[in-house]
Amino acid sequence: MTTEQHSTTHHVMPVRTYLIVFALLMVLLAATIGVAFLHLGPFNRIVALTIALAKAGLIMTYFMHLRYSSKLALVFAGMGFFWLVIMLLIGMGDYIARGTIPGTF
Amino acid sequence: MAHNQPSVVAPYFRDIDQQREANTLGMWVFLATEVMFFGGLFMAYTVYFFNYPDAFHEGSRELNLILASINTFVLLTSSLTMALAVRSAQTDNRKWLIIFLIATIVLGLVFLGLKGVEYGEKFQHHLVPGPHFEWDGSFFYEVQLFFGLYFATTGLHALHMIIGVGVLTYFVFKAFRGHFTSVSYDPVEMVGLYWHFVDIAWVFIFPLYYLIDRTIQ
Repeated sequence: MTTEQHSTTHHVMPVRTYLIVFALLMVLLAATIGVAFLHLGPFNRIVALTIALAKAGLIMTYFMHLRYSSKLALVFAGMGFFWLVIMLLIGMGDYIARGTIPGTF
Repeated sequence: MAHNQPSVVAPYFRDIDQQREANTLGMWVFLATEVMFFGGLFMAYTVYFFNYPDAFHEGSRELNLILASINTFVLLTSSLTMALAVRSAQTDNRKWLIIFLIATIVLGLVFLGLKGVEYGEKFQHHLVPGPHFEWDGSFFYEVQLFFGLYFATTGLHALHMIIGVGVLTYFVFKAFRGHFTSVSYDPVEMVGLYWHFVDIAWVFIFPLYYLIDRTIQ
């Protein structure tokens, strides 16, 4: 173990940053509700999930302080998302390959 | 480094930075298990959505979009007050720490209250799966499946909110007694991470259940 100091912790962000992030979250909330009323077909889903991912990204980066966390903390934070993607991809791959999802096989 | 007070740093940590890093990593591991907890329900949602898209579209339109939108606003605001509570602890501002913690609790209770109103509506409209379920359109069983997933997912989310409100209430008392300082604010930061996670879970629940298709109305 090296004894080098990681002074990545305890970074106090200015209140302004939190308020800007909150304002952006409000804009994204208004956008996602507005888009739901437009006829976009399957793109409705894609836009809604993209906006949700953007909101989650803002919350994780600023409210959950990942921006000033160590790289190891970033790996740990990405772990949950990574496993979720594995479950959804392999899980859905199985359902699609068995032909239980209409309109696929 | 000058802050190495024995009362704040546990004996098995080298210094406060190492302790804070360990706390943060441990919390993120817990949140990863929480992602998988909700993930199972999202997986079930995905499978049944692609099996019965029409039933899910019709079921979604029965949900109260106005209450859910207000609730999303309330929850995002509570994340802001939670972040500001952590910041107040970091800057040794006990008065504002307590104010922001209480604000977060109040917003959490508003969310739960509106959720209760929503659930009440579903019981009145006979949209709760089971023997009293009533549905005039087609997809009688498939729409019940949608509402079953709706209650399971939002119920699990509400349970997390109740636990969060409980921990925050306990922390208000601890804050009054001066437990949290710019050196020993880690517990506030950790409950903050939990609260923001619950917020993120809702950020995905909201479009998946309430915004499937609002074009016909």
